[in-house]
Amino acid sequence: MIHEFLAETVYLGVILTLCSYAIGLWLKKKTKLALMNPLLIGIILTILVLWLTDTPYDNYTHGTQVINYLLTPATICLAVPLYEQIQHLKNNFHAISLGIISGVLSSMLSILAMVLILDLDHTSYVTLLPKSITTAIGMGVSEELGGNVPVTIMVIVFTGIIGNIFAERFLRLIGIINPVAKGIAIGSASHVIGTTKAMEIGQTEGAMSSLSIVTSGIITVIVASLFAHLV
Amino acid sequence: MRYVMQLLIIIAFAFAGEVLHHLLPLPFPANIYGIILLYLALHLKIVKVKQIKEVSTTLIIAMPVMFIPPAVGLMNTWGDIRDSWPQYLLITFLTTFIVMACAGWATQLVIRYKNKHKN
Repeated sequence: MIHEFLAETVYLGVILTLCSYAIGLWLKKKTKLALMNPLLIGIILTILVLWLTDTPYDNYTHGTQVINYLLTPATICLAVPLYEQIQHLKNNFHAISLGIISGVLSSMLSILAMVLILDLDHTSYVTLLPKSITTAIGMGVSEELGGNVPVTIMVIVFTGIIGNIFAERFLRLIGIINPVAKGIAIGSASHVIGTTKAMEIGQTEGAMSSLSIVTSGIITVIVASLFAHLV
Repeated sequence: MRYVMQLLIIIAFAFAGEVLHHLLPLPFPANIYGIILLYLALHLKIVKVKQIKEVSTTLIIAMPVMFIPPAVGLMNTWGDIRDSWPQYLLITFLTTFIVMACAGWATQLVIRYKNKHKN
């Protein structure tokens, strides 16, 4: 009886999701480690609880539909920061647009090359294609092209964390010192999670990184649809 | 009332994006149309930022929570990648640095080229 009730109620899934994320936020605040990403912790804790309580995924999503309904409206709101940041484009239009396009193309080409070398199938390929862009746009690309959406989200989160951890040292190592170039590099490669690091480095870096998030996302939507047929 | 209007505007653009996604035979996700439509509306001053500021900021801040339910679907799809996860990890790791280097170098090269020609 109680088990049936727990499976029927729509709130438990939402409570579990919010609690897991809250614990993630708290861990991030306490440890300040990039690996303690609230989203990553939230995903792991939620899966852990469902697994331990032997709850099927469908019972969980039955309740979390409410959260899903908000995803499209929330994603659309990314137009607001894009609109506010696009003025930064004016000063270095050619450098920034070329930088972002290089980022998108190098992402597609390097994924294509490695998928061919490692002999992965089409599903893996389109799952990985949107890995450098922001989750909201990336999961849509993966879904549209027939990818494994949960894996795409994990790959995107890890990409962001890797960027966040290594960006500063790596950019210094390869001689990228211009603040605009640093910001574009971080935002193009590691979206929102990398951008938090760019904002720590400096104001220009942060603004440029933010600008790259949505712009490279939109360019990736177009380019990925062409690249999708290659494997 | 103010927030209701803000939410209404945002939801209306979400709907318009879905309509476009339905009508156009392009392999683009529905939300990308919504982003572009809302951007154009802001650019053409049909919608002002302050008309959607609070609700849009709140939704963007809360967005990571919305990725948890679809990501938890990994429970069901894990079997598909159980054998190939090391490859996924390798690709994820290497391409992040490749993209960072290419985007950074291209930007820096153009800036330096322009500065040189200015002098």
